[in-house]
Amino acid sequence: MEREGFRSDGARRLQPGEQVTTATGNELVLSDRDQEMLDGRHGPAPQLAMSILVRMAAVYGASELMDISQAHIDSTIYLGDATLEFAERLASLGARVAVPTSLNVSGVDECGWKDWAVSPEWAAKASRQMLAYERMGAVPTWTCAPYQTHMRPAFGQQIAWGESNAIAFANSVIGARTERYPDLLDVCCAITGRVPAVGLHVQRHRAGQLLLRLSGIAPSLQRDDQFFAVLGHLVGKLAEDLIPVIGGIAVVPPEDHLKAFAAAAASSGRVALFHMVGVTPEAPTLEAAFHGGAPSQTIDITIADLRAARRELTTADGRELDMVILGSPHFSLAEFRALAPLVEGRRADPRLKFLVTSSRLMKEEADKAGVLAPIIAFGAQITLDTCILASPMLPPEIKTLMTNSAKYAYYAPSLLNTRVTFGSLADCVDSAIAGRVVRDDSLWQSS
Amino acid sequence: MAEQLIAGRVVVAGRADGDALVTSEPLSFWGGYDFHTGEIIDRHHPLAGVHAAGRVLAVPFSKGSSTTTAVLLEAVRAGTAPAAILTTGVDSFFALASIVADVMYGKSFPVIALEPADFGTLRTGERLSVGADGIIRRL
Repeated sequence: MEREGFRSDGARRLQPGEQVTTATGNELVLSDRDQEMLDGRHGPAPQLAMSILVRMAAVYGASELMDISQAHIDSTIYLGDATLEFAERLASLGARVAVPTSLNVSGVDECGWKDWAVSPEWAAKASRQMLAYERMGAVPTWTCAPYQTHMRPAFGQQIAWGESNAIAFANSVIGARTERYPDLLDVCCAITGRVPAVGLHVQRHRAGQLLLRLSGIAPSLQRDDQFFAVLGHLVGKLAEDLIPVIGGIAVVPPEDHLKAFAAAAASSGRVALFHMVGVTPEAPTLEAAFHGGAPSQTIDITIADLRAARRELTTADGRELDMVILGSPHFSLAEFRALAPLVEGRRADPRLKFLVTSSRLMKEEADKAGVLAPIIAFGAQITLDTCILASPMLPPEIKTLMTNSAKYAYYAPSLLNTRVTFGSLADCVDSAIAGRVVRDDSLWQSS
Repeated sequence: MAEQLIAGRVVVAGRADGDALVTSEPLSFWGGYDFHTGEIIDRHHPLAGVHAAGRVLAVPFSKGSSTTTAVLLEAVRAGTAPAAILTTGVDSFFALASIVADVMYGKSFPVIALEPADFGTLRTGERLSVGADGIIRRL
């Protein structure tokens, strides 16, 4: 069944005076240019993209569309024939992005896939999907951390971003403004340069709703490199569909800790915007985070809650280890810099794999900074453009993983049928050398 | 005794009959749904291991990955998607998947938003008929 007036064979012209009634009873009023795109006067690709946007505007209850000045396309992830057909249909219609647009991870490391279990058929189709998005004029960043490239948006900038971790980071840590855009819609926004004027694009919808207060959590634990990933995993579950405000942060977290938090909260939950009082730009104070209003609910987070959340991220029960995996979201230059001194002059047990997933750009920067060489000498491999969740890289004999990424820890058991131990970066390195899981839990037991 | 009729709000219109599969936990389809088989695979989810293809899936909202929509599109193409999705609020991810499935394959599925109290009366296994007007009948 279709809603009357929106045929699957393309957009129908709205008649003079006719308006779309949205789910909330608002009437959608299109600009002249929106209407021209819907009518096909800018070509078939903007017409198709606008027809999907107009139907989604009704779902969102928007009364108008608004401009964006940047996009990030998550639809690059190759899953199968449908994602490829969608990309190639748009590309064959001559689709071009209307705003500067970065690209998320793809389904294949074009240079490295032959070292892994990826089938030639998968590699070929995933490469075709990459090509389709490149043909649209997007920048081939191929990363899930576009905020750590030259495409990083600015505070207050209106953008349309896909990729759950990137959405949460852009909104919360940078203060750019994006709705939680799904695959297939992000590209429609990029092609038209337009989005429904709703949700997190609008100032009044960015107020915090739920207060989560750290209670008696020592600064020494907050400085631990696992802390923000664990906290994010917990916050994602507690926040449900609300905007969480986290109080009681007593440290100045490095950007990569906030990245880990955003990725964790957007995996265990649906967090697209969070505020951390005294840390994130829209939360200089508690009052500012709630726009002067009051939280609908307040929950205290204790050390017991954090310990339980950390335990949940570990699904393996023994010390066996087949692979250490780092880099979800993609490893940054700062993370390469942190890893290098830990592995310098040491050697991973050759019976296990040690893999870092990152972007072309970051690998180049790490190389230039002189921190890549010791990591390679340690026995690490680097996969670019994709990750183990988006590309079927792992051979079946890899059953047990260790990672410092809450996102890898959350998804790998379901997607890859593997068991995971979560630990710090130092734990990951020590385990790789020992050839079995070694973890220093002292901070988490005594705090 | 639960009401025989539930009036939902149409998010994406359509008709479908199927056995209800009900959960109070949100779900990410990426990392949560195998579109080759229609099985829910999220190990953290209470429905892990259950097949949802052809059923009326009642899930309060989507969580997690942006790629949920693409997994659902693949599922529609493969014939392994739920027959309909019932939610507690307007969920843009499920709506988009249905709209793009319509555009690409002429196959959409109804997405209906229910009042939380009505959603709470749904029970796994009961036979439901989703109408184009958003009215859900217990058969």
